Amino acid sequence: MKKVITGNHAVSYGAQLARTQVISAYPITPQTQVVELLSEFCASGKLKAKFIKVESEHSAMTACIAASLTGVRTFTATSAHGLALMHEMLHWAAGARTPVVMANINRAMGPGWSVWTDQNDSLSQRDTGWIQLYCESNQEVLDTTIQAFKIAEKLLLPVMVILDAFVLSHTSEQVDLPEQSVVDQFLPRFELKTKLDLSHPSAYGGLTNPDHYFEIRYKIQKAHEQALAVIKSVNDEFNELFGRKYGVIEAYRCDDAKVILVTSGTITSTARVVIDTMREQGRKVGLLKQKLFRPTPTEQLREVLFKAQKIAVIDRNISFGHSGVFAQEIKSSLYGLAGAPPVFDYIIGLGGRDVTPDAIYEIIDNTFKTDVPNEPIIWRGVRL
Amino acid sequence: MRWTIKEKELMYPGHVACPGCGGALAMRLALKALGEKTIVVLPACCWTIIDGPFPMHSLHVPVLHTAFETAAIAATGVKAGLDVRGKKDITVMAWAGDGGTLDIGIQALSGAAERNDDIIYTCYDNEAYMNTGIQRSSATPKGAWTTTTPQQTPKLEPKKNITEIMIAHRIPYVATATLAYPEDLINKYKKAQSIKGTKFLHVYAPCPTGWKMAPDLMIKICRLAVESNIFPIYECENGINYTVNIQPQKKLPVFEYLKLQGRFSHLTQKDIDEIQKSVDFERQLLLKRAAKS
Repeated sequence: MKKVITGNHAVSYGAQLARTQVISAYPITPQTQVVELLSEFCASGKLKAKFIKVESEHSAMTACIAASLTGVRTFTATSAHGLALMHEMLHWAAGARTPVVMANINRAMGPGWSVWTDQNDSLSQRDTGWIQLYCESNQEVLDTTIQAFKIAEKLLLPVMVILDAFVLSHTSEQVDLPEQSVVDQFLPRFELKTKLDLSHPSAYGGLTNPDHYFEIRYKIQKAHEQALAVIKSVNDEFNELFGRKYGVIEAYRCDDAKVILVTSGTITSTARVVIDTMREQGRKVGLLKQKLFRPTPTEQLREVLFKAQKIAVIDRNISFGHSGVFAQEIKSSLYGLAGAPPVFDYIIGLGGRDVTPDAIYEIIDNTFKTDVPNEPIIWRGVRL
Repeated sequence: MRWTIKEKELMYPGHVACPGCGGALAMRLALKALGEKTIVVLPACCWTIIDGPFPMHSLHVPVLHTAFETAAIAATGVKAGLDVRGKKDITVMAWAGDGGTLDIGIQALSGAAERNDDIIYTCYDNEAYMNTGIQRSSATPKGAWTTTTPQQTPKLEPKKNITEIMIAHRIPYVATATLAYPEDLINKYKKAQSIKGTKFLHVYAPCPTGWKMAPDLMIKICRLAVESNIFPIYECENGINYTVNIQPQKKLPVFEYLKLQGRFSHLTQKDIDEIQKSVDFERQLLLKRAAKS
């Protein structure tokens, strides 16, 4: 069934179609609509889930972790300061190997207070052990939410589905809502092998001395390494049933490209238009959309990017004292390859400042015109 | 007198509590009351250690360890998951220290109480951060020594009254208990188990190490705390109906309680008189509330 819905509601429908069993959430702009609609689904019986309306995001994440360990499918959604407040429990979710799924609406961190989009909130959670998937359209948000449960449950790792504040969260698009029966086929009832169980009265997450802790961390990393193959197979299965697929990255018009632009989130859609325009003008430019941020799809990135002469990365984030986070990851992925192309790191659009087609055009044009980056980061649109 | 407490143990020997630990005995008794169909949630507290390091585990019930400030909500999460799975006959008990309850965990506890989540919450109160080495908490009584309230400047503020704070949430059941009165404690856990909604049990659990007293005085100090009205044993239903369960036969001076603990050894007669005055005042308040209900 086709329906015009916002990005936020695409998340809600995804969690509902996945038959989430326990939801726990706290309101925060611009996420709130996600849990408002889920509350309605629960109230009307359209979703048979227990919804715990907690007093903080820290508690929201804790409730999901604890419920997950009884063997039920859990979901929450948040944004910016809510995500930051959860930080301790994000480590806990991955450390406890709970397949919690969460949507994070990318919003800038205060102060000053900003409800508008940038990526510093989710990228600050890079090292917590969560899988991170960035979305470009409302359809992708819905499809990724459904897939996220399957990925999480196969790997016993938590998954974060990420979408831009307002540009996606509050923008309506046509979305194809899949049939419940097909989603059920794709995503069968969740079974957790090791859980809180009276017949096996074990302790979970207790004091772990140096004889054991190290191996637990090793296994989390191994699960992340398996994730690339798992995400691909989940994606392929989804494509067979629903006829839509999203790679961990997407290469758009990259084959003979001299400059490849790297984007994530909704900037990708704007960039596609710019790439088409420049291709019409005879410029050899391509676009790489990075959907999967963690685990890093190193091989996939190398395969596409190595062929280019230059790479321009758009970072709607800043790791203070270093550079944009996506650019760091791209550089790290290319490190050690002889003749790897130079990486230009453009910081733009922090705190929701508009990223226009003209700005993207200029970024690509500047990259063509410059042999190597003259500075480690290149700011765009700063008004001093 | 007949011994009415079940002999079956759900806490094994081999746990790593200090000698004379009130918190260890409190858990042993609580589980005797609640039985095997119980899941315990432990935030950071002495019990994180007492239960034993992985792969050891000293309780015969499942335990979920969780972060310091999350005891109540983790218990709620477990209960929600079990409910969805149709396992409605399992008691979920959060078991937190005074720091995890009165300080860092009070937000999640208040949230659970406001929602009337169906959990038992125990605060085993040893009146300081004992697991980290005796630092003051908001449960530390006025005048006490801790490593962060040294003798030159002992704690200046009175103990936060968590029992009354929880009663003010109008949850179905709030009770105090201590180890010198094990049958009272066990009856209260059984009562809590029979009630739906949030149940809060404030268990006075001495720490001989942190209180600078001999471990074999643990039970005696519990009795003296009750007889001197330092820690009254009472319960309150629905935030309104108070019952004082143990009525001290004679009014024991607080000095009899204080003098056995090194943490109070620096107190002057004036300090002791002030404590006595404050205890008498609180006693009258409680009796008034009980008389009204």
